[in-house]
Amino acid sequence: MSDNQNDNQQADSQKCECSQVDLDKRNFLIATSAVGALGCAAVAVPFVKSMTPSERAKAAGAPVEVDISKIEPGTMMTAEWRGQPVWIINRTDEMTAELAKHDDQLSDPASEVTSQQPEYCKNESRSLKPNLAVVVGICTHLGCSPSEKLQRGGDMGEGWTGGFFCPCHGSKFDLAGRVFKGSPAPINLVVPPHKYLSENLLLIGVDTEEKA
Amino acid sequence: MTDKNKSALSSALNDGLNWVDARFPLTSNVKAHLTEYYAPKNFNFWYFFGSLALLVLVLQILTGIFLTMHYKPDADLAFGSVEYIMRDVPWGWLIRYMHSTGASMFFVVVYLHMFRGIIYGSYRTPRELIWLFGVAIFLVLMGEAFFGYLLPWGQMSYWGAQVIVNLFSAIPFIGPDVSEWLRGDYLVSDATLNRFFAFHVIALPFVLVGLVVAHLIALHEVGSNNPDGIEIKKLKDKKTGFPLDGIPFHPYYTVKDLVGVSVFLIVFSAIIFFAPEMGGYFLEANNFVPADPLKTPAHIAPVWYFTPYYSILRAVPPILNSQFPGVAAMGLSVVAFAFLPWLDKSPVKSIRYRGMLYKQWLVAFVISFLVLGYLGTVPSNIWGQFGAWMGGADRATVVARIFTVVYFLFFVLMPWYTKKDKTKPMPERVTG
Repeated sequence: MSDNQNDNQQADSQKCECSQVDLDKRNFLIATSAVGALGCAAVAVPFVKSMTPSERAKAAGAPVEVDISKIEPGTMMTAEWRGQPVWIINRTDEMTAELAKHDDQLSDPASEVTSQQPEYCKNESRSLKPNLAVVVGICTHLGCSPSEKLQRGGDMGEGWTGGFFCPCHGSKFDLAGRVFKGSPAPINLVVPPHKYLSENLLLIGVDTEEKA
Repeated sequence: MTDKNKSALSSALNDGLNWVDARFPLTSNVKAHLTEYYAPKNFNFWYFFGSLALLVLVLQILTGIFLTMHYKPDADLAFGSVEYIMRDVPWGWLIRYMHSTGASMFFVVVYLHMFRGIIYGSYRTPRELIWLFGVAIFLVLMGEAFFGYLLPWGQMSYWGAQVIVNLFSAIPFIGPDVSEWLRGDYLVSDATLNRFFAFHVIALPFVLVGLVVAHLIALHEVGSNNPDGIEIKKLKDKKTGFPLDGIPFHPYYTVKDLVGVSVFLIVFSAIIFFAPEMGGYFLEANNFVPADPLKTPAHIAPVWYFTPYYSILRAVPPILNSQFPGVAAMGLSVVAFAFLPWLDKSPVKSIRYRGMLYKQWLVAFVISFLVLGYLGTVPSNIWGQFGAWMGGADRATVVARIFTVVYFLFFVLMPWYTKKDKTKPMPERVTG
């Protein structure tokens, strides 16, 4: 009996020591697991994609046409593009002349941050036409919509030359949407892609073919 | 009842129990987690908050189920459906106020529970995983609160979500795509509301409950810490094998916790019935105005439980035209808790046996947390500006920066000051 047991144990331990790893089987298992994992990853794609903007949201994000004939000089209007406010400001000559005078107070006077405007608006007035500014009215800090303070002075103090003031965290922008130093907003307001279909018709959401 | 009937009944019950036990580990689980789960006998006031957190979780799930019976996750209908719950649904106001007050009370209870863990060193070996599960619960809870806050579709809901989702756009390179993916649109919209509803009522509650179960399984594996921070499992009764300083969780602590529950429910009810908005801290005034994507309210602030981190976000200035440092600092201020088990090098666990150095740092941390919390609820120009010598900086911002530094130093310097601290010797047995 005891001998028998010993024999059995010996046989067992021998089996363990001698048993080789079945490489074929192992490789097969690794391969199937890898294919399985790949399959799971592939199935995850539709789920992740389903959370991106839907066709309806994209359609709502389609370009919008705006009639700009009724904006008096020195005033602005707000259009809605992709649900965001887009300001169209008809700057007077006096206002555009002011833009060049306070470069030293701005964080990025020459609009070096290229993501903030299309190439054709990387200029002093940040616009296609010097008088007409088109900017997205969403603060680059955390997405609030700044209030218009187009006129000089007023409740913004003596030195104010016109622009925008964000009520959330106090960021200040000039009439070209450039951010003043000391604001929590890191960069200038966004100029959306836009083009003029005619003298009075603006299309927001499509790049112009004009060269800067 | 005669004795004969009685014994017949009890043997029938016994048979029933045996029938179940042969198929499901009922008795053994009741023993392992309640009647023979030995907890240290010296639990004090601070040990109420774990069971209270569980109570609030159950309340939130229950009231939440009933709210979903009337709420509509649709940008055109959401605001109205909440008002409908408040005005037309029988007792709807009560259920909604229980849910909104429950959200704030959840954080009150969890913050106190975390503070208990910190002062008594409950995160130390062998309880690191309990602590990590706890930090995960805290993170999921923050997500749950954030997603839930969008649902009433008020001005504060809308702009709060706008600000928080925009935090993700600050991540270099992939940021803008991530926030667009989260919103499912180019701005916070109906698509965002609908998915936040799904996260709030299905996804995160599942994760939360799962994590709570893991938290408790880990706790019952290693046993509870106690105000002395010593291991009661070291000294066991030779006959029974139970810890000498332990008492069965049931009935001793179930009864104790019931007292805590009673007091808690008194406070909870008082808030629901007399101050459900808590002066704008639990429910903000701007949220009684429907969401308007084209107009930002004059002052936006998160609900009180997020304000310490929000203050840190505001305090860190943009670096190299990027607000990412502020966002990273805010994220780190929350995640920092997860590192405590490895930052604390003290030979003792409990504050009772620590020296003055540690206590001073802890006080500095608590003050920082509270000051940052307060500053996050007010506009950054609340205390006016410094003169030209400070470049006209907002006073409140400068104060927030100082306390942000102290907040992080508590963690960063912990290995140093816990090692240097003059500790007292720990006792053999718990001291009551």
